[in-house]
Amino acid sequence: MTRRLLLLRCVVVLTALLGINYITWRWIFSVHWSAWWIAVPLILAETYSMIDSLLFGMTMWRLKERGDPPAPDPDATVDVFITTYNEPTELVRDTAVAAVAIRHPHRTWILDDGNRPEMQALAEELGIGWITRSPEWTGMPRHAKAGNLNNALLATDGEFLLILDADQVPAPEILDRTLGYFTDDDVALVQTPQYFVNVPESDPLGSQAPLFYGPIQQGKDGWNAAFFCGSNAVIRREALIQVGIARYVHDTTLGVTRALRSARTVLTAARKELGPDDKAVATALDEVLYDVGRAQREIDRGGALLDVTYRFQARVAEIRRRLVAADLELVAADLEVIAELEALGESDETLATVSLESLDRVTARDLSPLGAIEAVEALVRAIDVDRSGEAIPVMPMATISVTEDMATCMRIHGLGWRTLYHDEVLAHGLAPEDLESMLTQRLRWAQGTAQVMFRENPLTQRGLSWPQRLMYFATMWSYLSGFAALVYIAAPVIYLTIGVLPVQALSSDFFWRLVPFLVLNQLLFFVAAAGRPTWRGQQYSLALFPVWITSVTSAFGNVFLGRSLDFSVTPKVAKESTVRRWDLVRPQLVAMGLLALAAVVGVVRLAVGQASWLGTSLNMVWVVFDLVIFSVIIQAVRYRGFAASTSPPAGSPAPPSPPDSTEGAR
Amino acid sequence: MIEIDVSTERGIAVVVPRGRLNMVAAKRLREALAEVVAGGTHRIVVDLGETTFLDSSGLGALVSGLKAARQAGGDLRVARPTPEVLAVFQLTNIDKVLRPRPDVASAFDV
Repeated sequence: MTRRLLLLRCVVVLTALLGINYITWRWIFSVHWSAWWIAVPLILAETYSMIDSLLFGMTMWRLKERGDPPAPDPDATVDVFITTYNEPTELVRDTAVAAVAIRHPHRTWILDDGNRPEMQALAEELGIGWITRSPEWTGMPRHAKAGNLNNALLATDGEFLLILDADQVPAPEILDRTLGYFTDDDVALVQTPQYFVNVPESDPLGSQAPLFYGPIQQGKDGWNAAFFCGSNAVIRREALIQVGIARYVHDTTLGVTRALRSARTVLTAARKELGPDDKAVATALDEVLYDVGRAQREIDRGGALLDVTYRFQARVAEIRRRLVAADLELVAADLEVIAELEALGESDETLATVSLESLDRVTARDLSPLGAIEAVEALVRAIDVDRSGEAIPVMPMATISVTEDMATCMRIHGLGWRTLYHDEVLAHGLAPEDLESMLTQRLRWAQGTAQVMFRENPLTQRGLSWPQRLMYFATMWSYLSGFAALVYIAAPVIYLTIGVLPVQALSSDFFWRLVPFLVLNQLLFFVAAAGRPTWRGQQYSLALFPVWITSVTSAFGNVFLGRSLDFSVTPKVAKESTVRRWDLVRPQLVAMGLLALAAVVGVVRLAVGQASWLGTSLNMVWVVFDLVIFSVIIQAVRYRGFAASTSPPAGSPAPPSPPDSTEGAR
Repeated sequence: MIEIDVSTERGIAVVVPRGRLNMVAAKRLREALAEVVAGGTHRIVVDLGETTFLDSSGLGALVSGLKAARQAGGDLRVARPTPEVLAVFQLTNIDKVLRPRPDVASAFDV
């Protein structure tokens, strides 16, 4: 064990002990229950932060610093993918030229989701491949970048893939420094940092994520849970396709089971509506119901889905043929419902992700008997093994989230593969240069993470080890910080203005338990960061609270209520903004105003003897801390882009960078 | 490399990939299966008896063929996998969807 790791572990243990000591005391002895409306939110927020700290400590426990990588197999075949949708040609050109110049033998491809002639011309000029969506995708869900990559997987055949965003310019040695790890047959993926060159040292938009692309990824690596971050990663094709196949089996099984369940509901309802004269129809419905049960039993006994659905469809088709003559006139009324069911199979989600509630909603309609049978057929067709609602049946890159990387990585781990993190900057990228683009990007990452949390919660994924589950959960947990931030703003404001204290008493007990924990927690960051800047991250984890809250609520609405996410691609070019966009940070400005106002009121209350010195000064410190945290927002609004900024980075191939600046935070 | 033989008898196409069905060969099998379906034969048996190696990309090609066949109203069956190939089926659980048949002649019997 290195001395650094030993020191880290000591601090981790101490921080955890002090933290648990404090929070236990808070829960048992010091919640001011009579002021529950603020006391309960505060203790919950504090507990949230405590768990966050414990998860961070666990991440640091196995921090893994890899030295030089093993030498690559010179014969390893590699496809380099540059994904683009609407980026300017010159930007893609820079990346493509650098990709061609990568030393290890490889083929370079532009994955052009915009299907643009200028991209085709660029590819021809550079003598590299140009891949657009194949004809199968016409009229099918496109699944954004995940779909783009899945499409390209079918057009190429290298053993390994290097994935690059259009604005990530690779170094010539990127493959020499990563491929060697794959000599271990269990390694599926190697992630390298994302580092941005168009960011001044002060990093006003918090673009770099030095704590994430560093200690956090190294800690996750130690638990075999290094994350895939969408770009600057090398992946073993076999692992990725295997994930796609396993997922196809999983989704199909789940989809067929759900369809059969809904089929039973539809049929039973139709059966009840029958009058005494409808003997023939009743018999037919009973037959179909029997076949639904039989199909389900066959699946439960391990019957192959392909055989079961094939037989089921054949039998139902036969029963329907017999009924058609009897019941033609009722069909028309049902067509609408049936069309809706078929659309379900073609909707944006696979049926496995459609909620049971929405299935029930559709199937709860009144249907005539023949309509019911047709509905059942449509239902089963919609989720049949052929995946009629998808362009290609096997989707290796996960499509359950707007950020495909985390979900895919979790599935790779679920099949027992290893991933690892190589902490060396091997590509130079571009970060958004204006506030609006930055907010859009952060929102997208956070939404993607929340979608995965709601759709495939890591805590319940059987293939993952418990440490792996917690490593994924830690990142998701960090995105819930927006709710805690609200409480951390409200609590001092409430005390200073109306004098309600959420804590029983500000005794010495309180200080002796809290202060050492806060100090140790900061020390933990200090030791973990090993000289990398962490303050920006800490600021943004609180200051972007409206973004984090929106991400969680919109992802919840999307996953459970079927609402749109209002997702947009991160703009790669700085917008010509001459106006300062204060409107984008209105909630933060309101919060700052409230805090400042509360401070003034607090002083007045103290002066007129309505408040205690201790309580007022403590809450004043809190207010000042909050204001210092939020001050980053002012800087961000005033930032004019990299070219306009006065302090260029001092030739800085320095520390790495960011998907979640939240984690880069605490 | 791989050779893919296709023969059609009584409305059923028998496709025989000979050799290693890996990521390089998968594309050719996918195209061969698509061609069979496009040519009007919707029932296909893929005879894996001569396939010495199969990876996930090869499985992907089989699933693509299955999709094409089913959408055309037919079906795709696989037959005679070697123990090595069968192990790949079991590893990914694909045998729960696509049950391999013991021989080609009876592949469409059930």
